[in-house]
Amino acid sequence: MSHDWYSDFVNSGVGRAIAGNVGLPPVPKLRRWEPGQPLLSGAALLGTATANGRVAKVVRAVLADAAVEVHEDPAAPIGGGSSTSKVAAAVLDATGLSSPRDLAAVQQFLTPVMRRVGPSGRILVIGDVPAAAERPAVRAARRSLEGLVRSAAKEARYGATVNLVHVADGAENDLESTLRFFLSSRSAFVDGQRLDVGTVPGYAGSSAGTDWDHPVTGKVAVVTGAARGIGRTVAQTLARDGATVVAVDVPSAGDALAHTANDVGGTALQLDITNDGAGEAILEHCRRHGGVDIVVHNAGITRDKLLANQDTDRWNSVIDVNLNSQLAINDVLLASSDDDGFHRGGRIVTVSSMAGIAGNRGQTSYGASKAGVIGLVEATAPLLAAKDATINAVAPGFIETAMTAAMPVGTREAGRRLSSLTQGGLPVDVAETIAWFAQGASYAINGQVLRVDGQNYLGA
Amino acid sequence: MASPRRAAVVGANRIPFARSNGAYARASNQDMLTAALDGLVARFGLTEERMGEVVAGAVLKHSRDFNLTREAVLGSRLSAATPTYDVQQACGTGLEAAILVANKIALGQVEVGIAGGVDTTSDAPIAVNDDLREVLLEANRAKSTAGVVKALAGLRPGQIVPEIPANREPRTGMAMGEHAAITAAHWGIERTAQDELTALSHQNLAKAYDAGFFDDLMTPFLGVTKDNNLRADSTVEKLGKLKPVFFPAGGDKAEATMTAGNSTPLTDGAATVLLASDEWAAERGLPVLAHLVDAETAAVDYVHGDEGLLMAPAYAVPRLLERNGLTLQDFDLYEIHEAFASTVLATLAAWESPQFCKERLGLDAPLGSIDRGKLNVHGSSLAAGHPFAATGARIVPTLAKTLHQNGGGRGLISICAAGGQGVVAILEA
Repeated sequence: MSHDWYSDFVNSGVGRAIAGNVGLPPVPKLRRWEPGQPLLSGAALLGTATANGRVAKVVRAVLADAAVEVHEDPAAPIGGGSSTSKVAAAVLDATGLSSPRDLAAVQQFLTPVMRRVGPSGRILVIGDVPAAAERPAVRAARRSLEGLVRSAAKEARYGATVNLVHVADGAENDLESTLRFFLSSRSAFVDGQRLDVGTVPGYAGSSAGTDWDHPVTGKVAVVTGAARGIGRTVAQTLARDGATVVAVDVPSAGDALAHTANDVGGTALQLDITNDGAGEAILEHCRRHGGVDIVVHNAGITRDKLLANQDTDRWNSVIDVNLNSQLAINDVLLASSDDDGFHRGGRIVTVSSMAGIAGNRGQTSYGASKAGVIGLVEATAPLLAAKDATINAVAPGFIETAMTAAMPVGTREAGRRLSSLTQGGLPVDVAETIAWFAQGASYAINGQVLRVDGQNYLGA
Repeated sequence: MASPRRAAVVGANRIPFARSNGAYARASNQDMLTAALDGLVARFGLTEERMGEVVAGAVLKHSRDFNLTREAVLGSRLSAATPTYDVQQACGTGLEAAILVANKIALGQVEVGIAGGVDTTSDAPIAVNDDLREVLLEANRAKSTAGVVKALAGLRPGQIVPEIPANREPRTGMAMGEHAAITAAHWGIERTAQDELTALSHQNLAKAYDAGFFDDLMTPFLGVTKDNNLRADSTVEKLGKLKPVFFPAGGDKAEATMTAGNSTPLTDGAATVLLASDEWAAERGLPVLAHLVDAETAAVDYVHGDEGLLMAPAYAVPRLLERNGLTLQDFDLYEIHEAFASTVLATLAAWESPQFCKERLGLDAPLGSIDRGKLNVHGSSLAAGHPFAATGARIVPTLAKTLHQNGGGRGLISICAAGGQGVVAILEA
């Protein structure tokens, strides 16, 4: 990983003074999660935009369960401070909007909040699903929230994030893992994003009894591409959260893979996921653990070439590893037994990319494969719902890995700074999001693609 | 007494074997054995697990490595509460280690154990010669400075020549290849037959790699992902161009048959195999690849007698067959260690010879021939290389996995060893 010297500089005493005087962008140090950390480092404000809000009650309950001090009167002084004291988070129930005029209430809640949210603070807006509205005025109002949130995220400072959650009708009580993710430091590098909850019908599950410090306890998790990089961190994160990890990578990466597996007390499976029968081989290996609950399709390759110079062998290798292997393995998982195969209530999490959303010069094959992953997620979600299972994707932006360390300095610095959080993410940021999707408590999140990119401006 | 249970071969891990003074030149036996153990730990999720025992050894060993296996275990991810011991039976070490662990499992003394072997001819121990050693020991024993000075005064320039271990029999002074050349000549083993066996070994090993056979038997080490002695394009024609390197003492050099191609090269590497009771495997949902049924070790007098140095397996196998009520043909697979192609062929010739079987083995009829299509089907030492002590722990899982893949069957393992010894065993799946 390449060191971020700029961040060191602007965070040093003299560097901060110089940067402040000449207008260099600051690089906030993001709060990141560790076991035992409280959900929030301070109090939270809770607001409602309309009288018809339907989620404030649930938010109140979750925050109370997490022992967070909640204030619903923005004018009231907090603790020993005043009505302008910093808060760690602000949550707005913006459900029930009936026309764009109602957006003023959203503005009225958020305007003071923008100055009150502290370092690595969290602003979370919860709205209705726009597509579920028939009347144009309602749908317009609901859709407006996205533009508001994405813009506000670009204004937030000191590592604070602003995100939007759409909650389907009837899914109010299925928000707990989502609230906990977006409010906690697990979502440190998720900024300016939108997530839909409860939008794929037929889901089932419960967050009752979840150990939020170890939310995947007792689960068996397969992670492909686990020898190094983000995959290795995903394995470590799932193990930290309580899972038994089966680390998968190509046989030629077997020594690094063994290191990962031994590091997390899991097992190593040397397997080329593009092999015929790869899905069966994974299930066969997992039979020793009694089956599998979580599959993370992390393995991916790049064979970058300008399209003008592309050749089909390179093209196919990228499509095969990044996309076809996932399709084939998912087919095997879907057809497998609930008993010792892919368990009922299982989770598939896959890795898309910013390149799959916005495109990247030299990455037509990679971009195609990663956009394909999004299609795969959307189409597989309803199929998995029949198994009470889910599939979701993360789309990482600029993450500090060996791959980004190999970039030219200019490209790397642009990748880091041209984002709302003015820095590259860490592999653990991607891993935290994957681990959250993998939770049993995330049963109502299906078919979603969430960017973990610090709201990168490239392809925003 | 109730018949003891049979130990199960559950799985294995080895590092790819590398030709001497190459990729692993700077790796020690302890490094390689630790890496092989850690790969096994990863494959079977054994981090911090206490094994009943780990038994392994090396043929070429530094004096500091008196507790080689224990040191490797302490450096591995196994529980430090795992007991170990070292064994050394030349090229039979790996198989003998497996037999020892299996026997303890069979008797119920342990539920699970790891057998292994490792060797490096690159990081070989170099000793001071005996003259110098005596001078230094005398100096060490001296009680006064004057005594030390007096002892050291005995130093002579010639004494600094170190002793480098060589692949030679101490009692005959002959290289193992020279011994094998005598045996090859005795049995009239032809050059072409040796080259054919060699080419087949390479081709079979290459096919096994292509089929992913080693994906769950091996973990890369120091950037090596395959046995680097393997020549997938090996042919009888190419092998036929090599000049002989081993000659029978007093024989006709023009009739020499043994080349660097049809003899195993000096090799570095390590191998481990996981053995357990069926119950232990079942509790963890692990498959049983095969069971170790029985084993036998023999030795021949190659010093004063007239038997070939590497012919002991020819004696061990008939004793093993007799005890198990089997014939040589009652096997689905044969794994005969390819120390030299000629050794394999001389052993087969001996079993086919009525005279040998009658005079040496005391049998009324020869053991007969085997179906060569069942021999070393995934390649053997000529292609993979032969880190002496590791070979047995390479062969046991190779055979066990093949039997398992075939849906069952019986296999014979035969390994010749320096000192005129041979270790053989039966696996069943």
